[in-house]
Amino acid sequence: MDINILQNEIIEEFETFDEWMDKYNYLIELSNSLPVISEEGKSQANLIEGCQSRVWLDASLTKERLVVYTADSDAIITKGIISLLIRVLSNREPKEIMDADLYFIDKIGLKEHLSPTRANGLLAMLKQMKLYAVAFNAKLNSNL
Amino acid sequence: MAYDIQKIRADFPILHQNVYGKPLVYFDNGATSQKPQSVIDAISKVYKEINSNIHRGVHYLSTRTTDKYENARKIVKEFINAGHFHEVIFTSGTTASINSVMYSFGEKFVNKGDEIIISAMEHHSNIVPWQILCERKGAKLQIIPFNENGELLLNEYEKLLSEKTKLVAINHVSNTLGTINPVKEIIKIAHRNDVPVLVDGAQAVHHTKVDVQDLDADFYAFSGHKAYGPTGIGVLYGKEKWLEAMPPFLSGGDMIKTVTFEKTVYNDLPFKFEAGTANFVGAIGLAEALKYITSVGTENISLHEAGLLEYGTKKLEEIADLKIYGNARNKASAISFLLKNIHHSDVGIILDKLGVAVRTGNHCTQPIMDKFDISGTVRASFAMYNTKEEIDVLFDGLKKIIEMFS
Repeated sequence: MDINILQNEIIEEFETFDEWMDKYNYLIELSNSLPVISEEGKSQANLIEGCQSRVWLDASLTKERLVVYTADSDAIITKGIISLLIRVLSNREPKEIMDADLYFIDKIGLKEHLSPTRANGLLAMLKQMKLYAVAFNAKLNSNL
Repeated sequence: MAYDIQKIRADFPILHQNVYGKPLVYFDNGATSQKPQSVIDAISKVYKEINSNIHRGVHYLSTRTTDKYENARKIVKEFINAGHFHEVIFTSGTTASINSVMYSFGEKFVNKGDEIIISAMEHHSNIVPWQILCERKGAKLQIIPFNENGELLLNEYEKLLSEKTKLVAINHVSNTLGTINPVKEIIKIAHRNDVPVLVDGAQAVHHTKVDVQDLDADFYAFSGHKAYGPTGIGVLYGKEKWLEAMPPFLSGGDMIKTVTFEKTVYNDLPFKFEAGTANFVGAIGLAEALKYITSVGTENISLHEAGLLEYGTKKLEEIADLKIYGNARNKASAISFLLKNIHHSDVGIILDKLGVAVRTGNHCTQPIMDKFDISGTVRASFAMYNTKEEIDVLFDGLKKIIEMFS
């Protein structure tokens, strides 16, 4: 599915919530659907340290040349937001991830959680997700 | 006289607003306090009426600003009962005050093999400067431990003191645990060993009466913005004998008497330590804040906040899955806590949406977090304008959060 179609789908999902409480309840629910990183993947190298919450992120390239992410966080709301990012970006070609413009975060009113001042590791994680894509892309090109 | 909470609240314009449609409950006073109208007016009045650079100006405005600035020093002196005006140095805040002592006192008096004593419950700003000094000088940092309740172990402290000790640097009130440390006793013990003591009073001056002469503190540091004053202004109190002996840390204008290319003669105290244009507007604002505190009465504030602490503690303890960190017998009005199995940042995010401002994280005190083996806490810190009704809002919010995350 096109990355923007998926983003619009998420925006529509969030539009059904009138109350902020429902939105956060949904994020809590989503936190359970996160493709959780393996215990060994929760290594120091995969840790993205924020002042508030910690985030672990790992990525691999499938035979089909798609990037697959797994992640975890010690905070539930952070986990919920990560699960949205993974839903949009995982299982895609590196180039597609690199070029992705993630407008849905702003549209669903969660931009504040991805601002540099929040220090929750989410912004750093998003950068890391893109960096993985860049690295995998370079690797694929060198193998051609 | 009865404590007129409504009048006090009316003096703080920022409190009267809704956030996300809910009345603001501001419980992040440990990070910074709100400002009364009189402080806001004082700052605005300087810019509107008398703004001009202080000292050395011959004209009308400069003289008036200088008078106001030096009068601010007098108000600070009286507020902390310093022995002399020139023992009050204006800085940009507690961090700058501590760093000044680190560079200046450290340069002169700390050598290889010497030791500095701090505690395990210091804010990073009273840890890192001393680590830098120790690194630079080949000195060693010694740490006073604390017990499960968050009280310093004074017998351990006494054991750490030796002829190698050059300084003890200790907080008056812990920003994370709320503990009011027995600084008077700590200073007495240090002085028996001829060791000077620096007190980090950032969390103390606005909660409890501070008398630097009674404490016999050698240095006392605090910030304006936590004491209802403006940001960017703070105080370093230092005993004359130390300040006289210490070299200037910052150099430039105002801190000199004469400058030739052969030799510069430093100015007298306190100007020796106030290089460059001082934050005179900030100092005037701070003086106004201290006047406001004095008008309400430090004892009245302490009593009111003790009531809030007692009520808040009792209320939060009703929540079965809540644990409070810091249960010192002598405690200021800050409560650090965690809800079982719920991350502090999740709690903070939801409380925010309910209009309650708290701080979450490690509060710049990572060693305390390590001691309790946690990554952070939620901290509700109360000020003179907070109420029991606001604590009820926090309590209901926490109940709701437990429901959401169960």
